[in-house]
Amino acid sequence: MEFLANIINGMSLGSVYAIIALGYTMVYGIAKMLNFAHGDVIMVGAYICFCSMTYLGLPVIAGVVLSIIGCTVLGIVMERLAYKPLRNAPSLNVLITAIGVSYFLQNAALILMGSDPKSFSSIISLPALRLFDGALTISATAVITILVCVVIMVALTLFTTKTKMGKAMRACSEDRDAAQLMGINVNGTISMVFAIGSGLAAIAGVLMCSAYPTLMPTTGSMPGIKAFTAAVLGGIGSIPGAALGGILLGVIEILARAYISTQLADAVVFAVLIVMLLIRPAGLLGKPVNEKV
Amino acid sequence: MLSVYNINVWYGAIHTIKNISFEVNDGEIVALIGANGAGKSTTLKTLSGLLRSRTGSITFMGEDLMHMSAEKIVEHGLVHVPEGRRIFQQMTVEENLDMGAYTQPKETIAGNLERVYAQFPRLKERRRQIAGTLSGGEQQMLAMGRGLMANPKLLMLDEPSMGLAPILVEQIFDIIKGLHKDGTTILLVEQNAQMALSVATRAYVLETGRVTLAGTGEELLHNDDVRKAYLGG
Repeated sequence: MEFLANIINGMSLGSVYAIIALGYTMVYGIAKMLNFAHGDVIMVGAYICFCSMTYLGLPVIAGVVLSIIGCTVLGIVMERLAYKPLRNAPSLNVLITAIGVSYFLQNAALILMGSDPKSFSSIISLPALRLFDGALTISATAVITILVCVVIMVALTLFTTKTKMGKAMRACSEDRDAAQLMGINVNGTISMVFAIGSGLAAIAGVLMCSAYPTLMPTTGSMPGIKAFTAAVLGGIGSIPGAALGGILLGVIEILARAYISTQLADAVVFAVLIVMLLIRPAGLLGKPVNEKV
Repeated sequence: MLSVYNINVWYGAIHTIKNISFEVNDGEIVALIGANGAGKSTTLKTLSGLLRSRTGSITFMGEDLMHMSAEKIVEHGLVHVPEGRRIFQQMTVEENLDMGAYTQPKETIAGNLERVYAQFPRLKERRRQIAGTLSGGEQQMLAMGRGLMANPKLLMLDEPSMGLAPILVEQIFDIIKGLHKDGTTILLVEQNAQMALSVATRAYVLETGRVTLAGTGEELLHNDDVRKAYLGG
């Protein structure tokens, strides 16, 4: 029973990683850049939700909506100001800029909110599920996190395969110039992807802080790195890969914490990544591209 | 229909297009021929808005294209089928065609799709297949079909015969003639000068970024300089 509980908690943590990893992977797919500030968008999302509930006294749902809107706008602004001017610059320059944006967001949060941890009150106030006569207890937060991740995955899959904008997004990811020759507005599409990714980061931030209720300016960095690892594990650029990688990583982390050592959990997670990449360099679902000429 | 006057294009520090001027009239097939690096593809990229000229003018059906975005240029009916096909390898054949119709109103897409499938029955058979798995000839057909989905008034084809077996080259040129007969004006860039000149109404010879010769397809086919340089004597 304890094992089952660990698996479910792992899937819940993994769902958070998966939602963050989706943002990483979509942005990488279309802009061919690693947005290392993505983790900090999570933190901003959590702060927005925290402030609107604690200081403005708004209801939970309003806090969540404000947080999504705030992060979506942040994503668009971040892309426009920091990354768009570097669209044709070498990728190292973009990477360094992304790290700069990350520090900027963390320090802005430090100035605005202070360094003391805020205690985030869970947005989910439902009672825990008790199964098998109380032998297995699952928190409502865990269940809802997993459900939200499933809904997001289904919605994104439908979006990228069924809608015109979603298909245009895939076209831009594959070949930006060719997409432009189809009449697709490439800049607009990249902007949209940053908006979607950052909106998802807000959701991840709120869910994460509901499960682990300490909120600090650096709250986003570790989950950001883990989610990046998840995206690489699943195959960067692949949407199902991000989900699979995220959930796998969450389960491994929780199991390592429970059965190996709390301190070593992160080391185990990254060791798994290294071994995986040695066996499948393109990640679990990433496909090495064979082009026909 | 299309009038290009005195354009100059730089690729970074390299001056690739030098004072090129030419025209395409309604109903023509105009060929741009020349060796590798003569500036043929650069010219097409400038027309479709991927690159910009620093001087001169480009006018298409009365509209100035010099400052129009690449998306708007497609909407105006100037459609570019790029060199190397550049189909979306990981999308299905039909999704590729859908992308070709990106600027088109929803009502016209189904009709266009039928037309393209009638022209290329092979694509209809493989509509659900991932485009990257098609053969080279099929990929070229897909690239052309994708261009046709945008309802081109002027279709620009960049090296449609590149890398294809001789029998497929014949087939591609038959298709080009067919499109022309159905009323599409075509601007054709080719290294296969023989084939290009035999279908072209008029042609221009490009050499290191300049237009060095112009004439009807027939004239250039029998021009001594052209024969020596491009047709193997």
